[in-house]
Amino acid sequence: MAVDTLEPRGMRPRPFFTPRKIIIYSLLFFISVYYLFPMYVMIVTSLKSLDEARGGNIFALPIKVTFDPWFKAWDTACTGLYCEGLKVGFLNSMKITIPSVIVSVLIASINGYALVNWRFKGSEVFFVILLFGSFIPYQVMLYPLVIILRELHMFSTLQGVILIHTVFGMPILTLLFRNYFASLPPELFKAARVDGAGFWRIFIQIMVPMSLPIFVVAMILQITGIWNDFLFGVIFAGNQNYPMTVQLNNIVNSTQGVKEYNVNMAATILTGLVPLAVYFISGKWFVRGIAAGAVKG
Amino acid sequence: MESSVSIRDLSLDFGSVKVLQSLDLEVAKGEFIVLLGPSGCGKSTLLNCIAGLLDVSEGQIFIGGKNVTWAEPKDRGIGMVFQSYALYPQMTVERNLSFGLRVSGMPKAEIEQRVNRAAEILQIQPLLGRKPANLSGGQRQRVAIGRALVRDVDVFLFDEPLSNLDAKLRSDLRVEIKRLHHRLKNTMIYVTHDQIEALTLADRIAIMKNGTIQQLADPHTIYNRPVNLYVAGFIGSPSMNFLEGTLNPANQTFVADDGTVVPVGTYAFETPVSGSTKAVLGVRPEHILIGEDAKSKPFTQEVEIEIVEPMGSDTLAWTKIAGKAVTFRCDSDVVITSGQKILIGFDPARGSIFNAETTNRI
Ligand SMILES: Nc1ncnc2c1ncn2[C@@H]1O[C@H](COP(=O)(O)OP(=O)(O)OP(=O)(O)O)[C@@H](O)[C@H]1O
Ligand SMILES: [Mg+2]
Repeated sequence: MAVDTLEPRGMRPRPFFTPRKIIIYSLLFFISVYYLFPMYVMIVTSLKSLDEARGGNIFALPIKVTFDPWFKAWDTACTGLYCEGLKVGFLNSMKITIPSVIVSVLIASINGYALVNWRFKGSEVFFVILLFGSFIPYQVMLYPLVIILRELHMFSTLQGVILIHTVFGMPILTLLFRNYFASLPPELFKAARVDGAGFWRIFIQIMVPMSLPIFVVAMILQITGIWNDFLFGVIFAGNQNYPMTVQLNNIVNSTQGVKEYNVNMAATILTGLVPLAVYFISGKWFVRGIAAGAVKG
Repeated sequence: MESSVSIRDLSLDFGSVKVLQSLDLEVAKGEFIVLLGPSGCGKSTLLNCIAGLLDVSEGQIFIGGKNVTWAEPKDRGIGMVFQSYALYPQMTVERNLSFGLRVSGMPKAEIEQRVNRAAEILQIQPLLGRKPANLSGGQRQRVAIGRALVRDVDVFLFDEPLSNLDAKLRSDLRVEIKRLHHRLKNTMIYVTHDQIEALTLADRIAIMKNGTIQQLADPHTIYNRPVNLYVAGFIGSPSMNFLEGTLNPANQTFVADDGTVVPVGTYAFETPVSGSTKAVLGVRPEHILIGEDAKSKPFTQEVEIEIVEPMGSDTLAWTKIAGKAVTFRCDSDVVITSGQKILIGFDPARGSIFNAETTNRI
């Protein structure tokens, strides 16, 4: 053995416990604990009966596991006047999120493609204006937007809130798609032009199949962003269309009676479940999309 | 001769950058034209203009007698091959080849027939079911050529199709492109910055610089009778040796700056020269001879060899004439060593003389 180590040959041995690795792993460990600990508290509390949740130690595991708080949060918890639980909000959030994500990703991808491959007079200016839009705090625009939607007869409607989400997703998504399409070899586009393909055919048959990772990134950004949105939902959607986040708020902040911590915890986890699931299912794609040029140029 | 591609007074600028300047080019039917020039001189830009991928600022383009200046790329009767292959990554080779035909709505049977013919010509039949990612560089470039082939066009445009390949493949594919041209007899416009490719493939070479064509001629003329200093220095490797001095037409001599006298009585002047003129004399390395062969030449001199570079097929030697570094080529069997004194000589008739001010050939 001693002779082997004297004569370097073959793969260089890499000691497992280098200072670098120790630092990285301990850092990762502490960060995970920091983020997972509240999660832990939420889960155990949501599985306790109300008496146990109010009385006992919040870090303790439940003595008797019960799923009642979960059912209550979903089905019968009171959100203001109604006591139908979160399920209404879940449905509303779906109705808002799905069309908003599809429409915004579709339009932004076409925008990005056109900005890269079909430059028109003033396309750079157009892009700069669009980018500028992403730096304006949107609270500034709330009041004008309310007026605009009212004039369009879309205030307090699903279409209205979908329109708002689509418009506000545009700058960042267009930037994302533009940068991705700009990283593709321009010859590919030229070859397709010579082959006689036009605007839509090149987009659908050449560009989109090459861009799945970036579409996934865009969808994740939009799904989480829109699902977690509170402000636009509460302002533009109208009472009957309140998304899940708004109803969660109503449950947690309801003033009558005792605070049902276990139900509140369950409701919160339920609301966060969709973005969480999206990350778990498509995390690999997300990383791949980021690596594939979303952050380049 | 019938003209296939005709470019008249073409200019193109990107904002304030003038990339092409009043460029004229007539390409005959079936001709193989090579555009040769250094990086950034506008070769690709010119090709993209012909293809219709860039809008020209000024001038006209005719293909097959039709004015196509404003026509879409697909309506110009051209096929294009790119340096980076530009194959559609998610399609199989077969679908890459047929994409353009499917776009034009051609009947299935004819598409199949054309794809098979192209695949047979390029010997890529076994690859038809594969994706581009699973092909070697040479195979990819064949497919890219095939994509132009199936469209059955009159004009092929190549933008440095071989420069991503290794040396061996490059020379193989070069021969194949030449064979393809012999077989199809299409007009081909081929961009490269490899002079060997240019000299071996071209019927005529257009040497470009800063968006203008400096000389358009057959390879032999380009090599032996370059029109100016730029072309002379650009073509040939190792490049031409240049001596600066004064041309005296009265006694038919060229006097180098250090006083070395070269008799130029044998040189065929382009235009009669009157009065002594500042000039540059250019001689190619292979036109400088040594030993017995040198003795009969109009100019001879005994020189000391500085460096010897054996190249395999021949040997390159470095020395000085009139204080200038000069290279010459000799047979690899000849034994020469650095420090050796040797007699060299050349005939200015095989060289070129340029006006030092205008840099044009005299
Ligand atoms: N879109 C553009 N905007 C501004 N300038 C450009 C653009 N495209 C090309 N150019 C400029 O035009 C000139 C010619 O470019 P071109 O690509 O035709 O060169 P080339 O001769 O093909 O060079 P290479 O051998 O490197 O391919 C270059 O100086 C380049 O910087
Ligand atoms: Mg080029």
